Amino acid sequence: MSEQNKGGKSQLNKVPFGTRVRPYLIVAPSLIITIGIMVPFVMAIWYSLTNYSFKLPTHKFVGLKNWVDMLTSTDFWNALKVSLMYGVISTAIEMLLGLGVAILLNNLNNKLSRVLRVLLVFPLMVAPVTATIVWQLMLNSSVGIVEKLFNIFGVYNFPWAASPKTALLTVIMIDVWINTAFIILLVLAGLQSLPKSPFESAKIDGGNAWFNFVNLTLPMLKPSLYIALLFRLMAALQEYAVIFALTKGGPGDTLMSLSLTAYQKGFKFQKFGAAIPFILVLWLVINVAAKRIVKLQRNAQKQAAGLED
Amino acid sequence: MKTGKQRALNILMNVLLIIYAIFALFPLVWMILISFKSDTEVFTTTFIFHPTLSNYQQVLLRSDYARYIRDSLIVSGGAVLVSIIVGVPAAYALARYNFARKEELAFQILSYKFAPEILVVLPLFMIYQKLGLYDSYIGLIWVYQLISLPLLIWVVRGYFEDISVEIEYAAQVDGYSWYQIFFKMLVPLIKPGLVSSALLAFIFAWNSFTFPLILASSKVYPVTVAITKYLGTDSAHYGQLAVAATVSAIPAMVFALCIQKHLVRGLSFGAVKG
Repeated sequence: MSEQNKGGKSQLNKVPFGTRVRPYLIVAPSLIITIGIMVPFVMAIWYSLTNYSFKLPTHKFVGLKNWVDMLTSTDFWNALKVSLMYGVISTAIEMLLGLGVAILLNNLNNKLSRVLRVLLVFPLMVAPVTATIVWQLMLNSSVGIVEKLFNIFGVYNFPWAASPKTALLTVIMIDVWINTAFIILLVLAGLQSLPKSPFESAKIDGGNAWFNFVNLTLPMLKPSLYIALLFRLMAALQEYAVIFALTKGGPGDTLMSLSLTAYQKGFKFQKFGAAIPFILVLWLVINVAAKRIVKLQRNAQKQAAGLED
Repeated sequence: MKTGKQRALNILMNVLLIIYAIFALFPLVWMILISFKSDTEVFTTTFIFHPTLSNYQQVLLRSDYARYIRDSLIVSGGAVLVSIIVGVPAAYALARYNFARKEELAFQILSYKFAPEILVVLPLFMIYQKLGLYDSYIGLIWVYQLISLPLLIWVVRGYFEDISVEIEYAAQVDGYSWYQIFFKMLVPLIKPGLVSSALLAFIFAWNSFTFPLILASSKVYPVTVAITKYLGTDSAHYGQLAVAATVSAIPAMVFALCIQKHLVRGLSFGAVKG
């Protein structure tokens, strides 16, 4: 990988200044465009130490009160659990399902697969709130189409979002319906750009399909898989629209995730200062998870590069 | 024997795909059905009902829906364009050059994706009002970079890393300029990643709700915010909502159809790795 340093011509011991700063100059526009985000972030940390509220004309420093209040409340631990369960379970299902469907689409080179390559992305294009409302109508216990389908199999009045036992299952199902397409699209693009030569040599060696999948496809696909996992998990941990549109966090506090709790405290109860620690914890959780996945992705990328040579 | 086994596997794969397709597409069919139902029939009928175009008339003719679609197109399309222009070179630099703090920079860009929207949007509201960016196309295109840029850079970077650096050297030896190499050789190679991430970025920008809700009001009015009007406080007009959702999905669908053929590998791929 080190030879990829374009400026590092071996006969030159000192890399010219222009060459050294070039990569920074190329990346700079992307950073300049987005760096404004740090301002709100630093402001938010400050606000989490105050009693900031839209109702009060001024706010004063309250120290770590908001943080202590949060850590000693049962709301917080429940919210953390809900966010993690929702994020991890829905992402895991979407990854497995998306990988499976992408492989089917890639291997079946028939008319059906060519049409479905486009059609299967469509669920992403309906705004999540609207998609959730459509599902709500379909799951309606008296006239919903799913209820009628379940009746055929002798299941009546499946509670879906109404019962604490099935509410999480319901939102995860809707999330899977919307977002599996995201995985399919990225993994399919990854499959399409795999080099052909390793597979041709494997054919000569006579390896079977499963062997090829485990030893060739999977390692070379891994970098793309990690990217898909990274972006999906980051979004799933923050998911707000599906839960809000379906139950507003209910029944009870069954689905009160960190995002919903923060929103409720900040806007409904007008306690912005008390809401911010919840969001910052969520940010921290995502940050740690993202760092870990990025590390795995970088290693997978290096290994894949070795396989392709 | 073997062909029989392969044929059985083939049928199984088709069946599995069809099962998933029903799960993925039925709710969309259902949404389109609702768009033709009157409000009274939404809860009383399943497949047999009196189709009506009144929802379409209500949404398309008696509201500014075309204008909302146009605003969404401008801000989402603009956001993806800006992301491509600044993001593809950045992805190239992050893939090709070795420089100090490279991984930290890449992670910094990634971290914009998990900057909690609620947290970002309120301070940004105050900043935008001071800068005169509140309720403007440029303001939304700018803030949408948080949605589109990280995804684009990280996906495209992986594709650049897959291309061996030798082919660039070889082309340089052949006398091609850097720009020729970039546009004629590298761009076709990263195409599957570029178009899939551009499509996803467009969809996410299109579906963005929190940013336009708080940072825009009357002059710029994207469809996601407009759709909430059909969920009035008195009664929800599901038929009109279904029309609005169906129509608002059309641009992304057209986009997906247009780029579909570019999702497959670039033509010169065989020359690179084969």
